[in-house]
Amino acid sequence: MDAILLQLLNGLDKGGAYALIALGLTLVFGTLGVVNFAHGALFMLGAFCAVTLRKLLTLEQVVLDTENLTAWGTPTEIRTPYVEAWFGDFGAVLVNYSVPLAILLAIPVMLAVGVAMERGLIKHFYRRPHAEQILVTFGLAIVLQEIIKHFFGANPIPQPMPENFSGAADIGVMLGMDPNVIVYPWWRLVYFAFSVIVIGAVFAFLQFTTFGMVVRAGMADRETVGLIGIDIDKRFTAMFGLAAVVAGVAGVMYTPLLPPDYHLGMDFLVLTFVVVVVGGMGSLPGAVAAGFLLGILQSFASMTEVKAIIPGIDQIIIYLVAVIILLVRPRGLMGRKGVMES
Amino acid sequence: MTTANENVVLHVADVHKTFGGLHALSDIDLQIEEGKTHAIIGPNGAGKSTLLNVVVGRLAPTRGAVVFDGQVLTGKQPHEINQVGVARVFQTPEIFPELSVLQNVMAPAFAKRDGAFKLNFLSSLADEKQIREEAEHMLEDIGLIHQKDMHAGSLSRGDKRRMELAMCLMQHPKLLLLDEPTAGMSRHDTNTTIELLKKIKERGMTKVIIEHDMHVVFSLADKISVLAGGRIIAEGTPEEVRNNPKVQEAYLGGAH
Amino acid sequence: MNLQGIFSMSRKDLTTLVIFSIVVLALPIWLQPFGAAYPDLMQRFAIFGILAIGFNILFGLTGYLSFGHAAFLGVGSYTAVWTFKLFSMNPIPALFFAVIMSGLFAFIIGFVSLRRSGIYFSILTLAFAQMSYNLAYSVLTPITNGETGLQLESSDPRIIDSMFVGEQAGLPVSNFFGLEMSGIPGFYFCAIFLIIGFFITQRIFASPFGMMLRGIKSNQTRMNYTGFNTRPYTLTAFVISGMYAGLAGGLMAVTDPLAGAERMQWTASGEIVLMTILGGVGTLLGPIVGAWLIKYFENIFSSFNENVLHNLFGFLPDGVESVVVEITSMFVGEGWHLTLGLVFVLVVTFLPGGIMEGYRRITAMFTGGGGDGKKANADDKQTQPAE
Repeated sequence: MDAILLQLLNGLDKGGAYALIALGLTLVFGTLGVVNFAHGALFMLGAFCAVTLRKLLTLEQVVLDTENLTAWGTPTEIRTPYVEAWFGDFGAVLVNYSVPLAILLAIPVMLAVGVAMERGLIKHFYRRPHAEQILVTFGLAIVLQEIIKHFFGANPIPQPMPENFSGAADIGVMLGMDPNVIVYPWWRLVYFAFSVIVIGAVFAFLQFTTFGMVVRAGMADRETVGLIGIDIDKRFTAMFGLAAVVAGVAGVMYTPLLPPDYHLGMDFLVLTFVVVVVGGMGSLPGAVAAGFLLGILQSFASMTEVKAIIPGIDQIIIYLVAVIILLVRPRGLMGRKGVMES
Repeated sequence: MTTANENVVLHVADVHKTFGGLHALSDIDLQIEEGKTHAIIGPNGAGKSTLLNVVVGRLAPTRGAVVFDGQVLTGKQPHEINQVGVARVFQTPEIFPELSVLQNVMAPAFAKRDGAFKLNFLSSLADEKQIREEAEHMLEDIGLIHQKDMHAGSLSRGDKRRMELAMCLMQHPKLLLLDEPTAGMSRHDTNTTIELLKKIKERGMTKVIIEHDMHVVFSLADKISVLAGGRIIAEGTPEEVRNNPKVQEAYLGGAH
Repeated sequence: MNLQGIFSMSRKDLTTLVIFSIVVLALPIWLQPFGAAYPDLMQRFAIFGILAIGFNILFGLTGYLSFGHAAFLGVGSYTAVWTFKLFSMNPIPALFFAVIMSGLFAFIIGFVSLRRSGIYFSILTLAFAQMSYNLAYSVLTPITNGETGLQLESSDPRIIDSMFVGEQAGLPVSNFFGLEMSGIPGFYFCAIFLIIGFFITQRIFASPFGMMLRGIKSNQTRMNYTGFNTRPYTLTAFVISGMYAGLAGGLMAVTDPLAGAERMQWTASGEIVLMTILGGVGTLLGPIVGAWLIKYFENIFSSFNENVLHNLFGFLPDGVESVVVEITSMFVGEGWHLTLGLVFVLVVTFLPGGIMEGYRRITAMFTGGGGDGKKANADDKQTQPAE
């Protein structure tokens, strides 16, 4: 029982990341009808917003202390981040919380990137075949990741989480079990909660605002919405921006769990596409449900007991599920008829 | 239930089709005799296209069966239905826009000769003289021989429809289904098409035509079934149908 | 351009084949002024040419975009290396088994994936390729040797070889009855397969079968209502295409007996797509042109480093020079993929027919053509990829 609970928990953070990326992918697909292979790259860009902010916050001033000499007779260098030099303890707090703070940086940056991408490139592909959309966004993904590689190098850059969250929560105790039965890192809980909040916000936005209503109507029947004289193009541009922001903040918060490198996006993209297909192309609840479902399935598949029965299952479980779903239920768990079937 | 006539080549037996709660077709019983041209007319939404789709296997009937030449078509794949000798012209031309006109007309002949699949990737199209000549004859017949090397996609709409008809004729089908073969055509093109269809009639090919244009229907049909609200409300020779008050009420609106 | 279309192509095909063969066999000569006439690169020209024309049989003719073709490449390589290890260093059995195995793999994956079309097909192939890649790195390590890659060992049995040749010192080299498969002989060995592969592609393009595949790309519904069962056609195209990839993978192992899982990664599949698009989807020569250009510029661009750039721009004033070097350095050396990605985006956006389309537009401009645009020419015709 506790083992199962633990695996369930283990799947939640990864599932949260899948769900967040899949949500944006589905939004873009549902509104713009574009299959965006560069969506993973947006997740990666978000992650590098966190890296950038931390780099900026930890820029150091060097003061030479001529009183204290090192063993080589040179003055000792005292390195302090500028923010600490300027703001004292508050600066230290800033550095400590660099990852969550990076969300504030990521939102405008990702919005700008998303809008630029849509206006600059994607909009020319609305009426072109899906194969060409896949190809051009694939090219774009390569460009984005290579630019990141140029500036940040090829190696993963670990991002520490705020110290208060670095430990693990003894969830077993909270549930009235013995101590140390279910121990779960705080940050993964934070990530799960964060993803639930973001998903809830996106759904609320679509459900309760006029803007969201138009977008939902557009997803259901694009032509009619165009016919009643609503300028959906502008709203769809905004949707693309929103999808980029969601992917971006998902990337920011994921950095303490997985040190980002330039091909992080590609790795997640393939998985997320599978998630979207399993959930049902064009279905937002489907994308979210499938994200968590596959995250949890993956974590169960990595249990030693399971691997002992079917070796290698943890490596392929997600793809295997996708293949089975596509064959027996081609529209996915919650997909609508006729989406991309022509 | 009527006993099957010797000459009946297509029997749509007691077919029902419902979409959700909607009855698109009810109690359809059609017998189409060999060598005859049978027109199905009816107002919009009468279920004409649904009926045709049930015959060619695109839709499965909720109840009933379609029997062609002694074989049950219901449940068969479109390509299997074609292989037993049923060809179809669509309402909006279904052609190969990126292939040349000549290739469009040649392709069906391969399906007729080689069946649904043949792994002939080492033979050359250039060696298929017989099929090519036949296709060129066909294009001469329909007046498209000068366009034979053009992309079919660049033909005019009327030419596309005639080419699609030629594609079907290349297979010498036992039964030809035509879904509004003259829709969107000029008067001149319509007349050319009627002449062409009359010529086929002389060859003894069975045809089912769905048509709006009464001129076409009355110049071609041996027998007419009138469909309204998913039911057959009248059936008979053009004369009988023309004079049927029920039909005039439902469809012709007394305009005649 | 020949208005007779496909029918007088036989002679045209023959001419194309002869010229193509001469161009390929003369690579070591005419590549010299380009500084690319060394065997290793030319082997890659031949091998990636095979890969691209094979991929084109699937994508170019049927419009089915596979994003998992690299899996067959990997299967080909592993099979070839295992054949070396178990039986003989002669490349013929290695290639034979590589083609058979990849064909078998393609049959299984194609059988499942081709039940869907459009983007779903792309994602299914992608999923299969990723599964193969992940498995090659994990549980299949006994077969693939995981991250290290599958290599020859002196302890390999090599049953057939050991019957004829005694113990040798060091690792053996693949050899075609004594002719070592490295350097120039290695290139010519690959080149012959490229020419054979090209010839078969020509035949497919000019065959009724090829016409049916184009029909599937053009209008699958019409194909069905015309009496064709399209699934076996697409499956055959998929298997042939997979076998080409297997052959390419096998040849990689022949010229360098090593097989690693990274050959199966989906970015490798992406590269195959890239080559085909850049050259011209659905054309005979386009994919080869694309493959050669990419491999050539990859070679040039990756060899650039800061020093080379400083020399190159040394004539500029210092301040300007360092800026220019800084910017260009983004696109060369390690940044070669950035250039590739940009070119790819530009090509798909402005010239979806690739280089062959550009070539046709330019010749049409000079011959004052334009009326030609309406003529169907089955060989050079560019059609939009099917969805």
